[in-house]
Amino acid sequence: MTRDEIVAGLAEILEEVAGVNPDDVTEEKSFTEDLDVDSLSMVEVVVAAEEKFGVKIPDDEVQNLKTVGDAVSYISKAQA
Amino acid sequence: MTDPGTPSERVDQKGTAVTQTVAGSRILSMGHYQPARVLTNDDLAQMVDTNDQWIRDRVGIATRRIADNETVADMAAAAAEKALAGSGLNADDIDLVVVATCSSVDRSPNVACRVAAKLGIGAPAAYDINTACSGFSYALATADHAIRAGSARNVIVIGAEKLSDFTDWTDRSTCILFGDAAGAAVVTAVAEGEEPGIGPVLWGSVPERSDAVRIEGWRPYIQQEGQQVFRWATTALAPLALDAVKRSGYEPGDIKALVCHQANLRIIEGIAKRLNLPDAVVAKDIVESGNTSAASMPLALSKLVERGEVPSGAPVLLFGFGGGLTYAGQVVRCP
Repeated sequence: MTRDEIVAGLAEILEEVAGVNPDDVTEEKSFTEDLDVDSLSMVEVVVAAEEKFGVKIPDDEVQNLKTVGDAVSYISKAQA
Repeated sequence: MTDPGTPSERVDQKGTAVTQTVAGSRILSMGHYQPARVLTNDDLAQMVDTNDQWIRDRVGIATRRIADNETVADMAAAAAEKALAGSGLNADDIDLVVVATCSSVDRSPNVACRVAAKLGIGAPAAYDINTACSGFSYALATADHAIRAGSARNVIVIGAEKLSDFTDWTDRSTCILFGDAAGAAVVTAVAEGEEPGIGPVLWGSVPERSDAVRIEGWRPYIQQEGQQVFRWATTALAPLALDAVKRSGYEPGDIKALVCHQANLRIIEGIAKRLNLPDAVVAKDIVESGNTSAASMPLALSKLVERGEVPSGAPVLLFGFGGGLTYAGQVVRCP
C-alpha cells in the first residue's frame, strides 16, 4: 500500500468516526489540533484502522501518533 | 467398612425441610435512591476548566446527584426499602443481603449488615462484594447461586456507591464523571416448574490491566486510563455480552432491554452498536445520573421498570464492567 492509499483510507475512517472532511486529511495535520479529533475518537480511529489495514496498534503506541503522517508511517511499517 | 449413611433430612436456617435443589431465581421487584443535590455541568465549570458542551461531547453526561450527609449504607437501605415494599415480602422473609460497593469508607461493619439493621431484617447472612463498576452483576450471580444451592430463599441485592468521597474535585478528567446512588433488587426462588428468571452469569476479568481504573492507597482518589478503558469497553465487551445471551438460551432478537454499566454514553452507544439487539431499549441513565459505579445498573433498570418501558417478564441483558478490570453479565426477566 502506498502512503497516499493509507491517507485515503484514514480519511474515510476520520469522516465516519469524527465527521472530518476528507479533503482536510493530509500528512502534516495533527489529529487533535488540526482535525479536532478528541482522545476517545482517536481510539475509535485506531480500532477502525486496525481492521482496515490489518495491523496491530497497541495502547502504548496511540499517544505517539500525533499527525496523520505518524499514523501512515506506523501502518506502512507494520504492514511490511 | 461401615455405611456412612445419608442425613435423613436437610433443613435450612429456619428449620424448613429442603427437599430438592431449587431450579433458579428471579427478580421480584426493584428500587432506587438518589441524593437530592443535582450537580450540573455549569456547576462543574465554576470548579474546574471545563464546559457543558465539552462534557456532553466526551461522556454524554448532563447532571449527576451528589450525596451530602448520606452514607453508602443510608443510600443502600433507602433503595432496598423501596424494593422490599414492592416485593410483597416482609423484612423477616429476607435471609441474605448482598451489597456491591467499592466506595464504603468503613472497613467494618460491612454495608450489608448496616442495611439489615436499618430495615429490621432479623438474622440474614450479610456480605459486601467489591468488583467496582461490574459489582451488581456479580452480586446478582452470587444471590442466584445461593438460592440454587439452598443456602438462601429471599435475597436483597444492592449496588450502592458514594464515589464523591473518592473524587479529586480539582481533576477535570475525572470529577465530571461520577455520581452517588443506590439501586436494589429483591430476588427469590422460583416456584416448582417455573422458568428461572436469572440466566447463567458470564463473568471474568483482565488481571494484566488492573491499573486501568484505580482507587489506591490511603485516602485515595479514583483515577483511570481513559483511552485504554474506552478501547477495551468498546471492543472486547460486546462479544462477551453476546455469550451471556447465548448461555441464557435467548437470541439477540429476544432481548427487550440493554442495561449495561453506565460509564460513558459513547461506551454505551458503542457496545449497543456492536451488540445489535434489534428490539432492545438501551438504558441511558448516564445522561442524568453520571457514572454511579456498582449502583448504575440497578438504578437504570429500576427507572426503566418504574416508567413502564420494559414489560414484566421480558428478557433484559445486564452487563457490568469496570475496575479490575472485571466484567459480568446475565439475562434476567424484567420484574
